[in-house]
Amino acid sequence: MTGSEPRRLPLEDLHVAASARFGPFAGWSMPITYPAGVMKEHLHAREHAGLFDISHMKLFELSGPGAADLIAKACPLDAASLAVSQSKYTFFLNEQAGIIDDLIVTRLGDERFMIVANAGNAAEDEAHLRRLAGGFDCKVEALDRVFLAIQGPEAWAALARAGVETGSLLFMHGIEPKPGWFMSRSGYTGEDGFEIGLPEADARALAAKLLADDRVMWIGLAARDSLRLEAGLCLHGQDITADLDPASAGLMWAIAKPVREAGRFIGAAALKAIIAAGPRQKRVGLKPQGRQPIRPGTELFDAVGKQVGRVTSGGFGPSVNIPVAMGYIDMASADAPSLLFAEVRGARIPVDVHPLPFTPHRYRKG
Amino acid sequence: MATTYFTQDHEWIRVESGIATVGITNYAQEQLGDLVFVELPEVGRVLKKGDTAVVVESVKAASDVYAPVDGEITAANAALSSEPALVNSSAAGDGWLWKMKLADESQLVGLLDEAGYKALVG
Repeated sequence: MTGSEPRRLPLEDLHVAASARFGPFAGWSMPITYPAGVMKEHLHAREHAGLFDISHMKLFELSGPGAADLIAKACPLDAASLAVSQSKYTFFLNEQAGIIDDLIVTRLGDERFMIVANAGNAAEDEAHLRRLAGGFDCKVEALDRVFLAIQGPEAWAALARAGVETGSLLFMHGIEPKPGWFMSRSGYTGEDGFEIGLPEADARALAAKLLADDRVMWIGLAARDSLRLEAGLCLHGQDITADLDPASAGLMWAIAKPVREAGRFIGAAALKAIIAAGPRQKRVGLKPQGRQPIRPGTELFDAVGKQVGRVTSGGFGPSVNIPVAMGYIDMASADAPSLLFAEVRGARIPVDVHPLPFTPHRYRKG
Repeated sequence: MATTYFTQDHEWIRVESGIATVGITNYAQEQLGDLVFVELPEVGRVLKKGDTAVVVESVKAASDVYAPVDGEITAANAALSSEPALVNSSAAGDGWLWKMKLADESQLVGLLDEAGYKALVG
């Protein structure tokens, strides 16, 4: 992505009008903050409803008799067992069981699925899917959509007022409420909320209606990051990468046992070996003692000064009002220490291993 | 009578009787966003122009604030330990960062005045 002009969001003019401060992310020029600032934006999303433009993310529609089999090959997921409208968090793995990307797969119909992928990996994901699709009777279509997320306890009510009924849609389910629309009850904040892919004209109309509601405000990428970090959710490229596997990342909950045992997916053998030997590292939540944040790349030491890990995401959690982080610690020493020391500018800051998430998830599951 | 200078690194320096009070400009705090932590210098530390004097941390990132001139730290703004957001709400006032005794007042000559700084940030 370096050296090329960043891509611009279809709704960029709306963010300019809202006085957003822009910055680069994954090859896109993205709104980082609005005049309210990251603290207020973050808290607003937790307390009311935040509107996020996530059109940098990519939607792929897979259709055809071989669609479920293609997904079962590309992802550790039994796509054929999903009910229509059911969504699952999953991954593309490489042969070493490294995470190429993390995704949400939703079954739209008997032979149709939607995959929502990260911006930074969209090109690689598409190439990967198209390479694999050659072996299956399955069409891969990269959709051209605006993608909006509305997150927070008042998200459903704001959508209802804007004329979008969310009705009985539950967490991790997705539907096509209108032509060209894909709406799932999901998100990246730990709150109840929705992600809606839709044509640009519809998106402009919906955004205008939502923003006319006092409960809704634009939220930038900075607060999106602090919200997901408090919620203990991984950012691909930092907390999970092609060099990290789901077992080390603590994401085995996303891989059903029969899927693991059947081993139809790319990376199955490697993952099985990793599990048999035991992962060499482990993803953990980290809570620095005191007020000083620890940042990605910071090294972690044990009490005797041996390096035992590193920080992959770290910053400040506006809702918990303390610094929050996550990272990896080595499993080589049988007893993983619960107290670590982060080296920041020559000083060693005590850091407690802390359960994730830092803020409880408030999903609407039933 | 205090004289205020500015740097290209978006700091302000208010000089009175050989003591400089240093902070970041309102423009700088807007760029950084909400501050959550300020690492203050120890009183008595001797700094060369360009040394990191303070680290200001926003929700997302840490940024160095450099000594604009040579000198010895005579005070750090302790209020920022409990309320780092003072830098956001009052960058040019209560959100000052440190005071230093100037080693060489002639170094002030190369700094910007208010009009020069305004021209820089538009």
